[in-house]
Amino acid sequence: MTPTSAAQRTRKRARATPKAPTRRTGPQATRTRPPKAPRPAMSPRPLHDTLSTGSIYLPVTARIAETRPLTKLETVFTVELPPGLTLGHEPGQFVEVSVFGVGEAPISISSSPSRSNGTFELCVRRAGEVTTALHALHAGDRLGIRGPFGHGFPYQKFYGKDILFAPGGLGLAPLRSLINQVLDERRNFGRVMLLYGAKHPSELLFTDEVETWRQRGDMEVHVSVDRPDETWTGNVGVITTLFPKVQLQPRNTVAVSVGPPVMYRFVLIELLAKGIPEGNIWLSLERRMKCGVGKCGHCQMNDVFTCQEGPAFSYDRIKPLEEAL
Amino acid sequence: MTMRILDKRSVPAWIDDLRATHRVIGPKSADGQAAFGEIERGAELTLDYTTTILPPKKALLPAEEILVRFEDGRPEAPADGAPTVLLGVHTCDQHAIALLDRVYSLGVRDQPYAQRRQATVVVGVECLRPCSEHAFCKSMGTLAPPEGIDLHLIDLGEAYAVEVGTEQGGALLERAQGVHDAGQAELQRLDRVISEKWARFPYPLDFDISQLPSLLTTGHKSDLWDELAERCLSCGSCTVVCPTCSCFDVRDDIDLSLKSGVRSRVWDSCQLASFAVVAGGHNFRKSRAARVRHRFLRKGKYQLEAFGLVGCVGCGRCAQACIARITPIDTYNGLFHRLQARTEVAA
Repeated sequence: MTPTSAAQRTRKRARATPKAPTRRTGPQATRTRPPKAPRPAMSPRPLHDTLSTGSIYLPVTARIAETRPLTKLETVFTVELPPGLTLGHEPGQFVEVSVFGVGEAPISISSSPSRSNGTFELCVRRAGEVTTALHALHAGDRLGIRGPFGHGFPYQKFYGKDILFAPGGLGLAPLRSLINQVLDERRNFGRVMLLYGAKHPSELLFTDEVETWRQRGDMEVHVSVDRPDETWTGNVGVITTLFPKVQLQPRNTVAVSVGPPVMYRFVLIELLAKGIPEGNIWLSLERRMKCGVGKCGHCQMNDVFTCQEGPAFSYDRIKPLEEAL
Repeated sequence: MTMRILDKRSVPAWIDDLRATHRVIGPKSADGQAAFGEIERGAELTLDYTTTILPPKKALLPAEEILVRFEDGRPEAPADGAPTVLLGVHTCDQHAIALLDRVYSLGVRDQPYAQRRQATVVVGVECLRPCSEHAFCKSMGTLAPPEGIDLHLIDLGEAYAVEVGTEQGGALLERAQGVHDAGQAELQRLDRVISEKWARFPYPLDFDISQLPSLLTTGHKSDLWDELAERCLSCGSCTVVCPTCSCFDVRDDIDLSLKSGVRSRVWDSCQLASFAVVAGGHNFRKSRAARVRHRFLRKGKYQLEAFGLVGCVGCGRCAQACIARITPIDTYNGLFHRLQARTEVAA
């Protein structure tokens, strides 16, 4: 087996400190706009840099370039940062999205770094106050962005391995960032498999895109719904009913699952039963991160701050944490 | 370290002079109970006080604090770097500030806290007798000041001996009348005061503080947490009065024009049922026992592991505030004796 667990943990711990030393600023230091770089030969600055030059709580004002409703509850927002800034994210990271006057909510990034061409995508379910306000916005409207925060999936460590994606429901939104990254570097990976479950056909996300994945020929795609409608011809049942459809080489497979806590319990049973090492199973945990920077305490599970070390975790890391799942 | 002497009679005039350049916050008496507040006249300051209900933390981390102002959708971060002297801080609260400094500066630096902290000079005062039946500072190792306190006053009767910890503190001290180096007699008096004081303080923990993290690890699944949960009312008083609690909620307020408003952080409490709820309604710390345990583990273990300092400074405020009479001393000792009994049975 791959001796990843301990090494990965050390790596994560080590990365929990900021990459660049933060400069001490004077009491009057406030951040307004990122300094204008000279026009020619300008390389965009990662958005995260703006957090070390001013208040970590000050969002950058971004523009909604496009909105694309997917279902009754979910809409994809294409967000454009001000000139000179780029998101610079890892698949699996999240941003804090502000609607001024309503509040701020942590939203995972749905587009892959490989396709971040000045814009990025957020797939947002209308669930609370902030997301309801977001859904009332249109192309051209402004919102606030801070981040990206936390640690995503270390996909370079998955090079050479077979990848099994197992998203449930809205879990496809963050996982899509990793799936497209993997597909854009397809030759670096072995088999690529997707087992995607949703409650109802009307709740399936990115259906066109899932169809293009199916047709590529180099990705195995299986979709299931718990409750079919009259037009549904695919598999019926919870996501775990898809697992018998794939034969794995467990020691050479990385499984990445994103979904609600109740789903993890059953998916983990399947993945472990197939013999995939705990360190090769990756999950993303949802918490109500108010600050994104390890201060507000809301995302703490036992001694771990989800917003700092996660939200992507290998299972062996969170297994001993009673408050994780 | 230089030891200077400050005559007590010079203190009110010194405070009045400091007020010309600094906001001065210190303990003052209100209805027989000392509380930290802005000192408007030097004579108001009560340096000989027992523990306050709220810790001086509020001077660095206000109960409500504006993080962002927005006008027509344009966000701006306000600056609050008003020079401040935080006076009369007991050693337990000094240790709490040392921990807050780490929590808010390690990893990602929290500028709102940092700019206020940088502009604040902390003047401590030595406790000469136990301030409350619930205090257990001696057990927690917080009966002496931590490093880096700007000035620290020790009551010698007519005068204070002043430990000068930083240049900044030294410069402020020199603005008082008649400050001079401690002489031989004063140094001897100081030694006597300190050694006499030490014996007056109880040591209520039945084990050594170094055992606390492993005790909490082993006692993770103890019935004690369920028993405490039966009494706990989840009111959050313990976290409100705690000098090291620093969790917060963030909320937006918008004015009537719907054009401008503020985003503020307000103190929050892990003891409230809604603290760990996520979108969709799932609660990751649903049971009261899990919430009670989280507070004690955060204080006694998690913060030590993350920041190198114990999260409990033994001030006893949470015990005083708890109407269900849950106290850290009883909790820690209770856990210790249960586990010891279990080990003996096993042997």
